Formats: sequence, C-alpha cells, structure tokens
Amino acid sequence: MSDIAIKLLLSCGTLAGAFGIAGLLTWVERKQSAVMQDRIGANRATIFGFKALGLFHAIADFLKMLSKEEFIPQGANKFLFNLAPYLSFTFALVAFAAIPIGDRLIVGIRTIDLQAANLNIALIFIFAMMSMGVYGVVLAGVSSNNNYAFLGSMRAAAQMIAYEITMGAAIMGVIMVFNTLDLQMLVHREGAYMLGGWLPKWGIFVQPLAFILFLTAAAAETKRTPFDLPEGEAEIIGYFVEYSGMKFGMFFLADLIETVLVAALMTTLFLGGWQVPYLLPDGFYFPWGGHIALSNIPVVLLGILSFFIKVSFFIWLLMSVRWTFPRFRYDQLMNLGWKVLLPASLVNIALTAVVIILLK
Amino acid sequence: MDNPNQKRRQELEKYFDVQGPFAFLRLAQMKRAWRQGNRRQLTWWENTYIPTLISGIWLTSKHFFRNLGFHILHLVGLCKDVRAAVTYQYPEQKRPLGLRLRTRHRLTKREDDSPRCVACMMCETVCPARCIEITAAEHPDPNIEKYPAEFILDLGKCVYCGFCVEVCPEDAIRMDTGILNTSEYSRESMIYNKKRLMEE
Ligand code: SF4
Ligand code: SF4
Repeated sequence: MSDIAIKLLLSCGTLAGAFGIAGLLTWVERKQSAVMQDRIGANRATIFGFKALGLFHAIADFLKMLSKEEFIPQGANKFLFNLAPYLSFTFALVAFAAIPIGDRLIVGIRTIDLQAANLNIALIFIFAMMSMGVYGVVLAGVSSNNNYAFLGSMRAAAQMIAYEITMGAAIMGVIMVFNTLDLQMLVHREGAYMLGGWLPKWGIFVQPLAFILFLTAAAAETKRTPFDLPEGEAEIIGYFVEYSGMKFGMFFLADLIETVLVAALMTTLFLGGWQVPYLLPDGFYFPWGGHIALSNIPVVLLGILSFFIKVSFFIWLLMSVRWTFPRFRYDQLMNLGWKVLLPASLVNIALTAVVIILLK
Repeated sequence: MDNPNQKRRQELEKYFDVQGPFAFLRLAQMKRAWRQGNRRQLTWWENTYIPTLISGIWLTSKHFFRNLGFHILHLVGLCKDVRAAVTYQYPEQKRPLGLRLRTRHRLTKREDDSPRCVACMMCETVCPARCIEITAAEHPDPNIEKYPAEFILDLGKCVYCGFCVEVCPEDAIRMDTGILNTSEYSRESMIYNKKRLMEE
C-alpha cells in the first residue's frame, strides 16, 4: 500500500516538476532572449503592483489562451483534430517517468529509488514515447483539412524521423559503454572514475562525439531553431496553422516539455545525471585525499540539486542556440540529418565497439 | 567565345580536369563551383559549422552574462550608472530627443498671450500637405495689421517637413514641443485649432 503511495508521490512530483519547469520556460525564453539582445523583456504584467520580473506573463498567456475561441475548421476530422494536441502533450510528459532524478533514498527500512518508474528498458521506453510525439504532429496536419497544414506536418514528420534515427544511433555508443538500458543503473555506473580517480566517467567524457550528435539531433527533435521548419513561427506555415486557443497552447507547451525532457535526458546520459563529482554514497572522496563524511539524506539532496543544475544548464544551452542561430534551409536540414549526422553516429558505434573490444 | 557562360565553363573544365579518369568525381565538384559562382569555397572545418556555432554562442553568451550580472547588481542597488539594456521603458522613461528634432507644432505668443502670427499666409502657402488653414482678421494695432482669427492645422495630413517653421517671418510657429504621441481615436481630433496649438 505504502509502496503505491510512494510511487504516486514520486510520479506526481516528477510530473509537477516537468510541468512547472516547462511553464516557467515561456518566461525563461522571453527573458533570456531579451537579456542576450540587450533588452529587458516582458515586464508589464502585474498583480497588486508586483511585477516579479515579469513572471506573471506566463499566467497572463495561459489565461489569454483559455479565453480564446476554439476554432475547428470546416471539414476537419473533429475527433483527430481534438486528439492531436493531447497526443503530443501526453507522450512528452509520460517519458519523464523513466528519468532518475536522484539517488536511492533510505527511509527507515525502505529504499526508494528516486525515479517514477524503475524500468529496465527505460531508454527504449523514453525513445518510444518521443517517437509517438510524431503522431501528434502528423495527425494535427492531416486532420485539419488544410493543405498547408498537411504539407507542414509531412515536413515535420520527415524531419523528426530523420533526426530520431540519429538520436537513437548516437546513444547506442553510450549504451555500449555502460552496458545497460536502465537509466538508474546507467547513472550509477557513471559514478565511476577514470584517469586515477580525477575524471568522472560521465558520458560526455567517454562519448564526446555521441554527445555532439545527440545535442544536434535533440535540438532538431524539439523543433526549435535552427531546426524549426515545422513551426517557423512567423513565416513558414506549420502543421498547427488551424489550431487556436489552448489547443495551440498545448502544442507550444509540448515543445517546451520536450525541451525539458531532452535536457534531462542529456543530463542523464552525458553529464552523470544526479552524480556530484567525487560524491560517493557516504560522502565526498577527493582525489587529492580529502574526505567529508555525509549521511544519506544530504547526499540525495545534493544529487537532486546537481541534477537540476545540470538540466538548467542544458536548457540554457538549448535556449541560447535557439536565439543565436538562423534557421537551416530544408535541404540543408535533410543533408545534415541523413548525410552527416547519421553516418557519423554509425561510425561512432563502430569505433566504440572496437575500443571496447581492445580494452578488454 | 564571347558567351561569358561558355568561357567560364571552359575555365572550370580546365581547372577541374574533367577529361581524365575518375572525372565523374570532379564533375560534381565542378558543378558545385559553377552553381556557387565566385563565392569563396568553405574549408572542410568551416563546413562542419562548428567554428561559427562556437563563435556565435560565445558572442551571445558574452552579452547574456554581462547583462545578467549588471541586472543582478542593479537589483541590489549597485552600478546604477552602467546600463544592462539599451532599451527605454517608454511611457515612464522618455528617450532624449535631438535638439533639432521636429515634433508637434505650437504657436508662439506675444507678451500679452496673443499669437505672434500675423496671418501672412506664408506657411499655408508653402505647406506641401496643405494642412494649414488660416482665417485672417484685422488687428486693432495698425503696426501688426492682421492676426489669425482661426488657425487650423490638420496633423493627420502634416508630413512634419518643417517648412512652415522655416518660412515664418515672425517666428510664430515652432515645432519644438517635444510631443511625439499625437495619436487620437478619430480624424477629427487630429485637427488642431488655434487654442490647442497655443496651449503649453
Ligand atoms: S510641417 Fe510641413 S506639412 Fe506640416 S504643417 Fe508644416 S509645412 Fe505643413
Ligand atoms: S508664416 Fe508665421 S506669421 Fe505667417 S501665417 Fe504662418 S504662422 Fe502666421
């Protein structure tokens, strides 16, 4: 019984965390772009005279979206049209279940893995869920009875499939090095040290090429600039032209949730998840000989903190990328995906295999 | 030979040596060069996008962290004189205007608060938008002769050229109020009469 309660609590926590961060990202995106471009950014929404650095704009946006007319175009397939945003949204959210956010927490006799679902196929599960997101995009285009939306969704689907393959092939190297699909186990194995105990065995150090490939593919997967051809907010007609009100808002939010998801996934795979450098389950062991003993709870809390810091870093990076680079042309996008990233990721797999065999 | 395209093609064919064995490999290269015209060929390293990506992120990050640092310092009340953003928070904070900027018109006054204008019709004549309409009347003072009984200026038509100011012999009309936000809800309220032009 209490097992279920704990799981429920964990799932709700993860869900709320993912949702909250994604909601906050609308603000982060505005403010970060503003600060990068020497502006101030949205700061006019007030509640009782408090501006709170423009945080209320997220709420204002939400209310605006809710109060708008939900328009369904003539001839659209009503059921699929209404279903599509929920599909993109839900699958992005569900994938969070398999992401470990912390170490094992020991409460009394109980050991709680800070992961909503301890799946031993976590990685496959996440990728399956992310691929399902394509259905939301395709259905949105197909069901809205608009040729432009249809074309947009075809473009989006082609792009997402191209980059998903790269993404899957890029993490293959990581899987081979750590020899597991279970993300909690993978993070545990990332706690090992190389080079005489100085360098943590994080994915980015053992698989640098895979990291770059994954980062690129992930940016494309979240449909953000420089890969935002499916959306092209102002100029290109995307798959969700016909959507209005909160359904449009859900597509928007799904993108931000995907950004958080990709950041969390990159943290887990390449930056050691909740690992803090030199922190073992019973305290810090520094390679220069120091030792600070810590009990279980501060260690776990430090782990969660480190996870959030790393996720924030990746979110910052993705946002910077989005506000720095111009968009690819469509043929460049496809060339990059199929002719550069995919072969590179296959080469990476081969190289990793050879190195692993040689090191045995 | 006088066809420039043909000439360029021959040059390229010579340069890429498309006659030899494995010509098909160089043919693609030649086609690319043909398409790209005289643009500089990117090197392999540049073609990976990596150098430009890094320099781009570096540039925006420099701005980001500099501005963020100053924003935080401002919040705790430090370095107030260094600006972290180049924008002006408009309604509260006005942009300093250039001294010669032409802004909304005003009619200057004599000591007794009557308009300086002598209704000479120069501005009405010169105005390219024909937006000034003066009704002249006789002034009791014979030295002044005339005064404008009504002075209508339609800001909805005005192009802010400033000719009216330049041409006025009496320095009676000026464009130095510093007012830029002359927006109104109707065309009628864009039409200024003598009274409105003499306020301020
Ligand atoms: S500024 Fe130019 S257009 Fe406007 S009233 Fe004067 S002369 Fe006419
Ligand atoms: S030019 Fe000057 S004096 Fe003459 S009518 Fe115009 S404002 Fe009056």
